[in-house]
Amino acid sequence: MDLTDLSVLEALDVMRGGECSSEELTGAYLERIERMDRGLLQAFVTVTPELALQQARAADARRRAGDEAPLLGVPMALKDLVLTRGVRTTCSSRILEQFTPIEDATITEKLYAAGAVLVGKTNMDEFAMGSSTENSGFFPTRNPWGDLTRVPGGSSGGSAAAVAARLATFAIGSDTGGSIRQPAALCGVVGLKPTYGRVSRYGLIAFASSLDQLGPLTIDVADCALVTRVISGHDPLDSTSLAAPVPDYQAQLGADLRGLRIGVPKEYFVAGMETGVEQAVRASLDVFRDLGAELGEVSLPHTDYGLSAYYIIAPAECGANLARYDGVKYGYSAEDAESMWDGYYKTRGRGFGPEVKRRIMLGTYALSSGYYDAFYLKAQKIRTLIKQDFDAAFERFDALVAPVSPTVAFKLGEKIGDPLAMYLSDVCTIPINLAGLPGLSLPCGLSDGLPVGLQVIGKPLDEVTVLRVAYAYEQVSGWRKLRPELPA
Amino acid sequence: MAISREQVEHVAHLARLGLSEEEKDRLQQQLSQILEAMRVIDRVDTSAIPPTAQVIPVQSVMRDDEVRPSSPVEDILLNAPRREGDFIRVPPVLE
Repeated sequence: MDLTDLSVLEALDVMRGGECSSEELTGAYLERIERMDRGLLQAFVTVTPELALQQARAADARRRAGDEAPLLGVPMALKDLVLTRGVRTTCSSRILEQFTPIEDATITEKLYAAGAVLVGKTNMDEFAMGSSTENSGFFPTRNPWGDLTRVPGGSSGGSAAAVAARLATFAIGSDTGGSIRQPAALCGVVGLKPTYGRVSRYGLIAFASSLDQLGPLTIDVADCALVTRVISGHDPLDSTSLAAPVPDYQAQLGADLRGLRIGVPKEYFVAGMETGVEQAVRASLDVFRDLGAELGEVSLPHTDYGLSAYYIIAPAECGANLARYDGVKYGYSAEDAESMWDGYYKTRGRGFGPEVKRRIMLGTYALSSGYYDAFYLKAQKIRTLIKQDFDAAFERFDALVAPVSPTVAFKLGEKIGDPLAMYLSDVCTIPINLAGLPGLSLPCGLSDGLPVGLQVIGKPLDEVTVLRVAYAYEQVSGWRKLRPELPA
Repeated sequence: MAISREQVEHVAHLARLGLSEEEKDRLQQQLSQILEAMRVIDRVDTSAIPPTAQVIPVQSVMRDDEVRPSSPVEDILLNAPRREGDFIRVPPVLE
């Protein structure tokens, strides 16, 4: 039995049956990380072998004592913007390179309480700004698919690559404009951005507060349902977290979609979409018909404006959120500051990378005197129209299916010099964040040997339907066992 | 929509962002290009549309004003770039 090929649910079965301990399972992952990560995939910024083995032994003790915690002993990876007490948390930024949190994020606490074991913190685009993980302040991550010359997507590229290459049983990412779904698509795994407010963001290093959301990256939909349940729910420390009860998502998965109305938004088949991507997504529609769903075309007429609205709103919010990096309380601080003001310029000028600077500049410009109405306010009004498009679509449909990304994984270096080309990677995922909806990516085929993602979009707080649709498709599609071929 | 060098410097100043001459050149060109592309939203008539700042039906959340323990001073100072006793050391504020 290859321990590292197990899903979360399979690993739990194996451990419950006494076939292996968490210590053995965790050891197998740590050995694989040691062999395949540094110099090859580079999915991790920090690997935590000692903590992992200590947590694994504690999980084994809990199991012997009769504990049935939902993720007991399962090795996981956290995107390096989730606070972990005592474990360096960098946001893949030079400005936080030496930052060690003094407390855990709420999601970290919940996962630890559920028994999950931390094997490491994953690489990302600096401050989650990017679509390829090439904006990491440290090093790029390689997509395990193809010939290791392609990007894993981003910004949660390290988490997606880690799950695809089986360096962790599951991982956590964050999604502001597609940063869970797009890398999940490009690496051939399942990724869910839950409804805005579903998962507490206390201890998530903020990028754009009206859009950010945490979610799981997993090898299949059932794992996604399980992890989503563990991390969801209200948190008094995050006033934007929703009080709605958390359903047992797993219990509501089923093979049948009879009577379910699924809309296909025509604007999501954008100009410039690769033929192989469009073919794979369109082929999935027949599968949904076979499963008994009623399919219909739907129009979301303001889709074309989503990208522009997003690249005004998100940078504006990031400009405010990143004002805290002043070199005073924590993080990199210029040693040669002659005054407080000089210190700000030097610290921020040296600590932030090119994309972060670009976004701060864009956002500050859009909020500055004379441009606020034309850019920021206008973008917020476009946001209203995008939300209204979805509201109208969900009067006719229970869920929507669409592409995730217009392309499969592109080559390292291909788009990094052209910010606008990179921004287009998220054209099909951004509107879902603007409207605060749940969106899931799962594999729906290969194009030139590289994975294609299918996006399932639901009503606010209707993760149940999103997961049902994805699960039913996954059971019959045959893409669940998709694995990259990696050097031994 | 062309952004001038002075605008780049003004915005960098507002954001307290130190930029090299090279970075200013590149940003002037890139911001002009990006903002031009963003102007597609001008095509939409939004005169009767209210703005959306966030999408959940949650207003300001209030809590009781209870005294609770805060993080220990030592913990908070753990990440301080420069400390002196129980204080964070900073460059001169007043010239």
